[in-house]
This record gives sequence, structure tokens and C-alpha cells, in this order.
Amino acid sequence: MATIKLSANKLDELKAVCKSFNNEKGELINVLHKAQGIFGYLPAEVQEVIAKELNISVAHVYGVVTFYSFFTMLPKGEFPISICLGTACYVRGAEKVIDEFKRLLHVNVGETTPDGKFSVACLRCVGACGLAPVVLVGDKVYGRVSPEGVKDIVAEYAK
Amino acid sequence: MSKYKMHVLVCGGTGCHASESDQLLEDLKTIVTEKGLDSEVQVIATGCFGFCEKGPIVKIMPDNTFYTQVTPADAREIVDEHLIKGRKINRLLYVDPENQEHIADSKHMGFYKKQLRIALRNCGFIDPENIDEYISRDGYEALAKCLTEMTPQQVIDEMKKSGLRGRGGGGFSTGLKWEITSKSVSDVKYVVCNADEGDPGAFMDRSILEGDPHSVIEAMAICGYCIGSSIGLVYIRAEYPLAIDRLKTAIAQAREYGLLGNNVLDTGFSFDLELRYGAGAFVCGEETALIHSMEGLRGEPTVKPPFPSVSGYYGKPTNVNNVETFANVPVIINKGADWFASIGSENSKGTKVFALAGKINNVGLIEVPMGTTLREVIYEIGGGIKDGKKFKAVQTGGPSGGCLTEKHLDSPIDYDNLIAAGSMMGSGGMIVMDEDDCMVSIAKFYLDFTVEESCGKCAPCRIGNKRLYEILDKLTQGKGTREDIDSLRNLSYVIKDTALCGLGQTSPNPVLSTIENFWDEYLEHVDEKKCRSGQCKALLQYIIEPENCVGCTACARNCPVNAISGERKGVHIIDQATCIKCGACLEKCKFNAVFIK
Repeated sequence: MATIKLSANKLDELKAVCKSFNNEKGELINVLHKAQGIFGYLPAEVQEVIAKELNISVAHVYGVVTFYSFFTMLPKGEFPISICLGTACYVRGAEKVIDEFKRLLHVNVGETTPDGKFSVACLRCVGACGLAPVVLVGDKVYGRVSPEGVKDIVAEYAK
Repeated sequence: MSKYKMHVLVCGGTGCHASESDQLLEDLKTIVTEKGLDSEVQVIATGCFGFCEKGPIVKIMPDNTFYTQVTPADAREIVDEHLIKGRKINRLLYVDPENQEHIADSKHMGFYKKQLRIALRNCGFIDPENIDEYISRDGYEALAKCLTEMTPQQVIDEMKKSGLRGRGGGGFSTGLKWEITSKSVSDVKYVVCNADEGDPGAFMDRSILEGDPHSVIEAMAICGYCIGSSIGLVYIRAEYPLAIDRLKTAIAQAREYGLLGNNVLDTGFSFDLELRYGAGAFVCGEETALIHSMEGLRGEPTVKPPFPSVSGYYGKPTNVNNVETFANVPVIINKGADWFASIGSENSKGTKVFALAGKINNVGLIEVPMGTTLREVIYEIGGGIKDGKKFKAVQTGGPSGGCLTEKHLDSPIDYDNLIAAGSMMGSGGMIVMDEDDCMVSIAKFYLDFTVEESCGKCAPCRIGNKRLYEILDKLTQGKGTREDIDSLRNLSYVIKDTALCGLGQTSPNPVLSTIENFWDEYLEHVDEKKCRSGQCKALLQYIIEPENCVGCTACARNCPVNAISGERKGVHIIDQATCIKCGACLEKCKFNAVFIK
């Protein structure tokens, strides 16, 4: 992975976060939540800083980051698209919706378009099963999405 | 509350929120103020009403009018017609699908008639961000009663007598769990609320936290009093931002009222709450894994015993209960164990909340007495199968449960019956499937989930489930054999017997129950290479009916892999070896000449 230069500002912010949790190793998950809030993702460089601040091994941090699906080591697109793959959405055709997003944006699940605009991911149940199948773009929820409706969603953000 | 003549309750649950109920709420408030009604009419956001299919829901009190699928554009009409002129708006009322009658009062709707709401008692009635509304519905009375009139052992005895069992899936007696933790000797003990709802298709815990957070806070304090703990921790999914916000607000209000913190209600009892965030791992619903996650580690389970009641969070005795379990506690104390034990079936007392979803008319959150039959739930409450299709199966218990069929429809739902039928209660997901669903694919879907969510610590779960998935995939590709089905079965039993935690031990349930109940479908996939519901793409064949084909060439021109050949004005043929089954030909043919076999 190419070395990413972390801006001094954000680095200080990260260190302040660690400090606000008393550099306690048991607070690792809380620190990671905040760190992902600052950087948008958790590249190796961020993990190294956290490991040093909390006085634990980088392997420990990496182990936790990769264990939980909420944490990501890859930057997301400007408009992150998440398709719900909970059971209710699955039986109401979520897979066909995913296929359509993949086809339209030419990316696979977990990838970002080359222009950095869209990333496509799956998630498990947002609890809006009445609206299945559900798609999220950022925080906005789209309900009862059909494969035909996918192009309209993309068009809304492609401008 | 009493100074208002009318109350407009707008559902602020996640489902309705996603359909612009927040905008609707703002618009209603603005218009009410604009008309100078704000001293008489109160507009508030409540928790989930449960009838998510017809959301956003607006309820008007005191006349109990229930409006469905309300949009921000309807706000003005509601104010002008209903609030000012007192005329109900017919087009927004629920229409009974049976006789097309408009029903104004939710009590007369099929969806609500059979329900009994205990855990959800306040969802959709109160403003979850206002502690006074909770208190006005007997809130914190149970805590006061416990602290001032009962000893911890008396409370535990009451809980045991009520017969309440863990609603998170395990079904262990709540009173007994409290008793074991109370008897563990330690300077520090913890009360933990498991709000890491990871079961795809289940959203009851989230709805309780969003709609009635104080009931969980009150119950945790009662539990703290019983086991001798002064610290409660709520382990909640970071993916539930609305629930987190409401819980934070509620905790702050409870502290302000002296219901949390030092010297609660001047009784000398101290108890406070903290939040811990999950980060998306299904296995963290298992209590030992959850505890490790709270300690900042990977959420891997450990062998029990020792149970958390003896050695849990940082090695201290820890009592872990699920959100819905806690929500039942204050009512049991207020109304008594005998009242609670009079509801339900012999060994499963009280009610259970189910998230009813899938191919069903009335998707939503329901609460029914234990012992209600699946038929009542699916047909009377759920309003039957969508689009008049045929019922095929209902899946309960999420990735740990199984698929039940027609023959189980009349058996009463409780912990023991579901296990006897090869499924389990789980946290209460209930997904209905119709004739268009392929049961082999459904089993594969759940295994895909388990493989992804397996923590990888023990080999049976890490490797075994992956192999199960691969065999199921082979079946859906039309490459399976009868031996494969035998392997599926054998491997499933081995995983059940040898996996470390509950996730692994139950992960083969979807496979075993579909083999048991849909044996024919498995055989068709293997022997005839056929998928009756048309879900397994590899087993489909697109064929051109020569009699209907006019040779317009539309299909050939649109085929992405040039699998279709034929002369202009002549009959076309699809080369099955090249066909990728994309369906473009079927879509383009105007003469109904392409069909699927």
C-alpha cells in the first residue's frame, strides 16, 4: 500500500481522541469509530498511530479492524451506495438490484468507481424491512427499489 | 399532556423515517402553528407503530384515527379537514383488503386485532424523547416499588415465578440468570444489555430502543438492584444511529430526574449506564463474544463455563440480557408475576415480538402471546401472501433457525415447539416465502451469511460451513449428486456437535430443515437439474417457440453473447452452451416466442 501522508491537523485530532479515552487499550473499538469518523476509513498509517498511542501492537489493531464489518481500510466513494442483503430484501429481489448497480457502474461489490464518485457495498438489514428491497446512498434510504429503478438513483447523483 | 385537546402522533421509527416522516412531522408542526392551534394540538414523533408496510403512519388522538401512507403533501389536508373541521380523510384510512371497507380505528384492523403488546406497550403511544410521557404511563413505578418495598431476592423470585425467558434466542430463565449472578461474590458486577441485533430481517430491539428507551433503562436498574451492580452497559450496533440518539437522550433525562446516578430515589442505591458500540459482527450477539468486543478485542466467543454470570466483563460477574427481555421486566413488577404467567403457553410465558417480513401483505413488527399459531400470524395479522401467491415456507430464527412449512402452520409458536419442528425462536425474525422462492437457494443464502460472519476461531464453523456453502452452490449450478446431499447432512451434524458457540452449533439448521421439509426440491436439483421456482439461473433454459417466432431478429440483435442464430423472417434458435441466461431475449421479444423452461 502506498504511504499516505496524514495531515498534521488530523493527526493531532486522532491523538486527542486517543487521549480522551485515556489511551486505554480496552477503548480500542470506540477509538476506531472516532478515527473512521475523522478519516472516512482506516488506512494502515492510522492504525499504526493508534497502536502507538494505546501501547498495543499494530497486529492487534489490524485484527480488530478486519474483524468488524463496520470498519473499512479502503476509502469509500463520494456517494457510498449500500444495498441491503437482509433476508427480507433478499427474498424481494435485492440480488437483481445489486447486479444492476454492478452493470451500470462497472464495479464489483466493495469497489469504488475510478472517478471516486460511487462505491458499492452490501449491508445486512437496516431494519426497514417494510420497504424491501432497500438501498442506501449515504444516509438517504430508497425503498422498494426495482432493477429498473436503479438508473434513476444513479442519475440523481451522477450530475 | 392534559392541556392539549388533540394529539397527532407521527411514526418516527426507522421504516417511516425512510419515507420522509420527519418532513411530514415538520410540516404538520408548521401548519398547526400557522393556524394558531399549537396550544390545543400537540404534534409529536413516536416510536414504531409496527405497521411498517403502510408507513408512514399518523395517528390522531383521542378519536384514535389511524392514517396510513401519509406523505408531507397530505399535512395541510390533515390539519384543515381533520383537526379543524373534525372530518376524517377517507383516502388516507386503511382499506380492509377483504371487503374494501375503510377502517378508521386501528383496533378493528386485522393487523392489530390478534396482537397483545407488552414489550411494545409504549411504542407508538409516547414521545420517546420525553421522560414525562413514559412516567405518565407508569414509568419508573416498578423501579420505585423494587427499591422501596422489595428485597432483591423478592424481585428475583417474582421474575422466576413469571416464567420470563430470554428473548434473544437462548430462552434461558431470566429470573434464574439474575439469581446466579446475584450469588456470585465480587466487588464489582455488571448489567449488560445486548442490543447488537445482527439477525438479518429482525428489527424489534431497534424499535423498542427507538420507541421506548426508558423501559430498558428502568429494567436494567432493577436488574442492577437484584444482582448488586451499580454499572450498566448497553452494547448497541453503531448502525443504529437513531436508537443511539434516543437512548442517550433518555439516559440524560433519567439522570436529571435522579432515576440514574448516585442514590437513586433517595434509597441509597446507585446505578448508572454507559454505551458501548458494536461494529458489525453477528457473532457478537453471543454473550461471551459480546463481552470480548466490549473489552476492545475481536468478538470471538470462549467456551462456557465459566458463564458470564460468574466471570464476564473483565473477569467480573456479568448479567447479559437482551433488549426485549428487559422491556418486559417493568410490566411484570407492576402487574405481578401471576398476571404475566397467565399469558402464553405452558413453558413459554408472555408474548413475543416478531419482525414479520418477506412475501407477506402486512410487513411489520408484531407482538403476540406465546402459543399463537403460525397460521394466525401469517394470515390474520400478516394478511396472507403477497400478490395472491401460494405460501411455501416461513423462516424463523434467522441464520440459526429453520424453514417451516404448511404442515407446521397450526402448531402453536413457543420455544419448545419451534425447536421440535427443527427451527428455533431466535430473536424473532419471521420471513415468509412463496412459491417463487427456491429452498436450496435460501439455504445457500443463509450459509453465505454464516460463512461471512463466522469468527474463524473454531474449525467446524470456519471450514465446515464453507464446505456446506460450496456443496449448496454446486447444487444450484446443476452439478450436484445424491452423494452431495448425504454429505450435506453428515457435515451438518458434525458441525452441530462440535462447533464452539451458538452461532456454529445452529448454522446448519437452515440446511437440515430445508432438506427435511423440501426433499423433493433437493432431488429435482440433483436428478432432473431443475429448479421449480426458476431462481437457480444455471438450471434455466431460454427457449424459442418456433410457432410464435416471426424472425424479427430482435432477440439476436440484443443477445450480448451472440448465442442466437437464425435468418431474417426465419425461426431463431438459442445455443444453450453459449447462453448466459441474462433474459435480454425474453425482454425484447414482442411475440411471446421466448420462454423459460
